[in-house]
Amino acid sequence: MTKSKSAYSEPGKVGKSEHHIIVVWVDNEAGVLARVVGLFSGRGYNIESLAVAEVDKKRHISRITIVTSGTPQVIEQIKLQLKKLIPVHKVADFSRNDPKILFRELALFKVVSAKKNQEKAKKACKKYNSIVIDKSKKSLVIQVTALRREIDKLVENLKPLGLASVSRTGAVAMTRGAEIFK
Amino acid sequence: MSKLLSGAEIVFKCLEDQKVEHIFGYPGGAVLPIYDELKNHKSIKHILVRHEQGAGHAAEGYARSSGKPGVLLVTSGPGATNAVTALTDAYMDSVPLVCISGQVPTHLIGTDAFQEADTTGITRPCTKHNWLVKDVNDLAKTIHKAFEVATTGRPGPVLVDIPKDVQFKKGNYKFTKNTLSKKLNGRASKKVNFKDIEKLINMIKESSKPIFYTGGGVINSGPEASKLLRELVSLTGFPITSTLQGLGAYPGDDPQFLGMLGMHGTYEANNAMHDCDLMINIGARFDDRITGKVDEFSPKSKKVHIDIDPSSVGKNIKVDLAIISDVSDLLKSLIKTFKEKNKDFLNSNKQKTAKWWNQIDKWRQKKSLNFKNSDTLIKPQHAVQRLYELTKNKDTYVTTEVGQHQMWAAQHYKFDKPNRWMTSGGLGTMGYGLPAAVGVQIANPGKLVIDIAGEASVLMTMQEMSTAVQYKLPIKIFILNNEYMGMVRQWQELLHEKNYSESYTAALPDFVKLAEAYGCVGIRATKPSELDEKINEMINIDKPVIFDCVVDKNENCFPMIPSGKPHNQMLLGEQDEEEISEEGKVLV
Repeated sequence: MTKSKSAYSEPGKVGKSEHHIIVVWVDNEAGVLARVVGLFSGRGYNIESLAVAEVDKKRHISRITIVTSGTPQVIEQIKLQLKKLIPVHKVADFSRNDPKILFRELALFKVVSAKKNQEKAKKACKKYNSIVIDKSKKSLVIQVTALRREIDKLVENLKPLGLASVSRTGAVAMTRGAEIFK
Repeated sequence: MSKLLSGAEIVFKCLEDQKVEHIFGYPGGAVLPIYDELKNHKSIKHILVRHEQGAGHAAEGYARSSGKPGVLLVTSGPGATNAVTALTDAYMDSVPLVCISGQVPTHLIGTDAFQEADTTGITRPCTKHNWLVKDVNDLAKTIHKAFEVATTGRPGPVLVDIPKDVQFKKGNYKFTKNTLSKKLNGRASKKVNFKDIEKLINMIKESSKPIFYTGGGVINSGPEASKLLRELVSLTGFPITSTLQGLGAYPGDDPQFLGMLGMHGTYEANNAMHDCDLMINIGARFDDRITGKVDEFSPKSKKVHIDIDPSSVGKNIKVDLAIISDVSDLLKSLIKTFKEKNKDFLNSNKQKTAKWWNQIDKWRQKKSLNFKNSDTLIKPQHAVQRLYELTKNKDTYVTTEVGQHQMWAAQHYKFDKPNRWMTSGGLGTMGYGLPAAVGVQIANPGKLVIDIAGEASVLMTMQEMSTAVQYKLPIKIFILNNEYMGMVRQWQELLHEKNYSESYTAALPDFVKLAEAYGCVGIRATKPSELDEKINEMINIDKPVIFDCVVDKNENCFPMIPSGKPHNQMLLGEQDEEEISEEGKVLV
């Protein structure tokens, strides 16, 4: 194999990639999401899911929750780079395996099938705080809240039962107990 | 209640309150109200450039040589996009710039109006922050905040985009200071941690093979930082090397100075970096031109990193002690504590580092910057050396373009003061030096300002000679003319089997005639014997000069870290031009 003749050095050893959930509190102003997302794409970081909404109407603070993966060095960089953005107030970083953190994602499933399969679908979702929010003769819309991987699995299970459409919010996170992240 | 002002008036009120004396700019439809207002503000002088990139680099030169932020004023669409290269350059090299751009009126934004561009979108990744001001009552606050963001923490460029209708509208003006209550791009609001200083002092005491590795952060911290650095280096007796951007923070001709490090750094500096047991990085960022292959970078050393930007720490190289601080603040407390507890450290520690200095002297004997001089052809290194000898007592300001000439200038021009050396390091922008020299001369009237240039680079922004002539700026454009894009040619020679693909410029202009066409003076030197006389002639002309120094076409820039090799295996040039391994070709 011929080696490339790049003007740059070869990559060094790459560390093990980990999943992290980054929570960013930002001023809710024009372009702020573009700044955050642009930082990720510009520096080659990964975004698996993204959830954004204003959480403080008075102070115009939005909370952005980003599921990402990277080596510990990359995760550290993501945090430090985010903190440099002017509209960013604070940045929290949770490992996906951290037991002190709650993660939830909301999903809507539209199942189009015969009654029998509709019932099966309802049953499959039951464990995950499911609510049927719409139904017709031919269809159901079920809302569930669960972990990302649980929803991934549900999607697989619902496919043979007539799953026609999926909408997911992306994960949001919060610490357990009385503590809040400062 | 105060009188209402138009947006354009507010812009100038802000500039006045920020004590701005010069702005570099180019008018156009979307900034005409601001240009209309210019006549009413005598304390602010506008420098009309010939291209907005020139405005940006001139503002950079102005900022880097004066320590004040550079301000540029450009129109919407192409005006702003032309400034993007300069903004990116300033972002990479941490230069404080405030770019004010016009925008189409708010009701036309998003309609693909004439000369509309998504300026804040385009400049988002190349500024510290940018703003589109849609309400005239936000304008004053935003511009003052822009200055604050640009100049505090790790400095950098910002942009304020002002739609034309906002420039006409009347609003309130108020001077607001310290709008950013908390953090600022890495500015350490905390005091330096005393424990960290103790730790660092212990590391200094334990080390037998130490080195200081300093960078542009020392320059950015202000002249005080350079003074403190000199004090610290002489207190410890340790060797010091500097990055390209840090040159001038420590005197280039001092015996403790090992010269620049990195890809074209000296043999002694790179070997010392590789073999040291303690590396103290002050205001540098472990750039890839410095580290080479990261896995093999200085394998045996404990590393300390002092930087104002937390995101610089651990980005490329893991360190043992990180101190987030402004360089001056840190050095002040470090020196104070060090002096109190370690009287006579220099003498008592001499024995410990003696072997290390011996080793350094051995490396020095390689004389890695040597070259074979010639009687018939001007060698580019020789030209820079002569230029240095003939200008060193004149407090000279030097800018450069990008390429071989830049590295030769860094190697052979010995700076002994900060803010005298302006070069595009991070982005490597060909065409930087000439407009930067314009800005340097504006900031430093009466001083000798030289752009050490290559003929290919300088043609990229040659139009700014017209600016220099208009404002009677006696800048000297010293072109090392080898008719090639020299660094490209060198890589092609060493890495691509001498396939000189498109690196030769046929049909170059006659630079002497070109100078005359611009209304300045052209000088050409072709023989080593006439070099001194012609350089002196150049220095003594009180007008802009283009000096066409015709040099050896085939000269390569050595030493050089070639190849899949670590710092301690450099190419020294003709003496030992060895074959570069296949693996090595990747790394240059």
